[in-house]
Amino acid sequence: MPARCAIIGSGNIGTDLMYKMLRSDVLDLVALVGIDPDSDGLARARKEGLEAPHTGPDWVLDNADNIDMIFDATSAYVHVRYYKKYEEAGITAIDLTPAARGPKVIPPVNLYEHLDAPNINMVTCGGQATTPMVYAIRRAIEKLPYAEMVSTVSSRSAGPGTRQNIDEFTKTTSTALREIGGAEQSKAIIVLNPAEPPILMRNTVFAGLPDGSDHQAVLDSIYEMVDEVAKYVPGYRLKNPPVVEEGPFHTPGGEVPHRAVVLLEVEGAGDYLPTYAGNLDIMTAAAMRVGEAVARKDSEVSV
Amino acid sequence: MTTKANVDYRLIDSTLRDGSHAISHQYDVDEVISIVRGLSSAGVQVIEIAHGDGLGGSSFNYGFSKVDEKELIARACEESGDSTIACLLVPGIGLADDLKDVHELGVGMARIATHCTEADISEQHIQTAKKLGMEAIGFLMMAHMNSPEGLVEQALLMQSYGADAIYIADSAGAMTTEDVRRRVNALVEALDVPLGVHAHNNLAMAVSNSIAAYEEGAANLDGTSAGLGAGAGNCPTEILAAVSTKYGIETGVDPLKLMDVAEEVVRPIMPRQQVIDRAGLILGYAGVYGSFLLHAQKAAERYNVPQAEILMELGRRQVVGGQEDMIIDVALELARKHAEEDQ
Repeated sequence: MPARCAIIGSGNIGTDLMYKMLRSDVLDLVALVGIDPDSDGLARARKEGLEAPHTGPDWVLDNADNIDMIFDATSAYVHVRYYKKYEEAGITAIDLTPAARGPKVIPPVNLYEHLDAPNINMVTCGGQATTPMVYAIRRAIEKLPYAEMVSTVSSRSAGPGTRQNIDEFTKTTSTALREIGGAEQSKAIIVLNPAEPPILMRNTVFAGLPDGSDHQAVLDSIYEMVDEVAKYVPGYRLKNPPVVEEGPFHTPGGEVPHRAVVLLEVEGAGDYLPTYAGNLDIMTAAAMRVGEAVARKDSEVSV
Repeated sequence: MTTKANVDYRLIDSTLRDGSHAISHQYDVDEVISIVRGLSSAGVQVIEIAHGDGLGGSSFNYGFSKVDEKELIARACEESGDSTIACLLVPGIGLADDLKDVHELGVGMARIATHCTEADISEQHIQTAKKLGMEAIGFLMMAHMNSPEGLVEQALLMQSYGADAIYIADSAGAMTTEDVRRRVNALVEALDVPLGVHAHNNLAMAVSNSIAAYEEGAANLDGTSAGLGAGAGNCPTEILAAVSTKYGIETGVDPLKLMDVAEEVVRPIMPRQQVIDRAGLILGYAGVYGSFLLHAQKAAERYNVPQAEILMELGRRQVVGGQEDMIIDVALELARKHAEEDQ
């Protein structure tokens, strides 16, 4: 039986996620929940024949018997207020806010490690785009002393949540590069670019390669991982072939003779948001991947 | 000799922050101590120090600092005398937590820098600086890329977050005097707080643009010793002071002492003199962020493509400060294009 799902938050992310979920065989979308009855997202949900309440997260708790899983596309503040209540109601929460209450999941790296968790955090858009690359480099060498990511997104695709708390983005992303990517030290940088027409989301990964690293193995592992991510984010691609540059580089993890540079671009699928908003698309696509894996596992258990 | 309360504008020297780009962030403790002592004894009111890309800028993307910036900042605070020590922070690169650290070291002013259309990412950091009791300045970079009206809108946001002053930075050294006058005029009219201007010399306009900004009502001006800085360099502090004196503008600093600092302390550590060569001029001409200069030179050598082509393409793409990774991107694409043409 498909999992009965509700999306909370009828903004850009929630509405984009709705269109993705309507195509799913394993996730049965019941409702898009908002707080503004006049929002475009809720109007679109009604048009799709979904429930479109505007009473916020409480609607989900009132209907807990009919909902197995929620996708939270509100804000860290709202998620922190409600996450325990979802758990008490027996509802699995996939958290697209930076609240980081549950384990962080980057699908091609640790999707199957936390499928039983009551609350799963989707890190950040930049984290979804770059952690797989850091992990890919790490698995090809003995140790990765330092990794760094630079994310540039179009100004139009950076919402008020990101803007008011930009430190949360860099801190959470940097943590993911270490905890999930496997780097010993890390740094994350975000840049907003106002160019018109808006630029596609760009991500660059730098990784310090210690002496004796097999450079070809690093490059092969990167290519492999790009294909892996592109399976669920079709617009995820290398903008240029990855390169290994000669240093030395004095990183916080120690001096390294070389660095790998991976130049990525993410074009959105255009489900609701324009294609330049690859940063939002990669979040909703990753959340779908996690939600479907949780649903498949649960249905196996109940058989 | 005037008292500081009597000066016509406040001079902020950024040799130890923006100047850091020109030496690829390789300052050591002794250099910092001599520069701070020299500037302070010349009467400079504010001395800015940090990685060139602001607190937390040490990275693959912008270059790693030779010495931890917080160690350098601590030493600068010890040697600062009557001068205030300032730090610059770019949200997205540095953290509000960094402000807390440097405040404890004795830093009294925080300049929070965003691209000239993205002021709303500075709220958290301006408020943190204010809560710590620091003077907070909102710093709008690449100001040539926004209209006077657009800058007013952005500056008012920073003012509403609590900024004590607003700066516009001609980070690409791309503005004519007329560009500066129109922007300063509109901002001085609209703001309740003082305005400042940070000029670069890619079009050889830094000093004249700074004087023009003063004439239009700017109350803060930036310089670096010997013009040390990104691109073809900053507005040279000692020249700005000398020219101001000739105009009868009171700066409170001693131009001769500043000339000594430039000549005896800063020039000896400069790997190259700040001249307006082709690459520097192209930055101003194409409106490209000044600190891309040396990174583009490295990428040009690494991938065997002309530096000027890289810079022109970056201008065409409208990249903004912080996107140094795009230099590698452009170099790789140009190398591929040239290889295809050769076949």
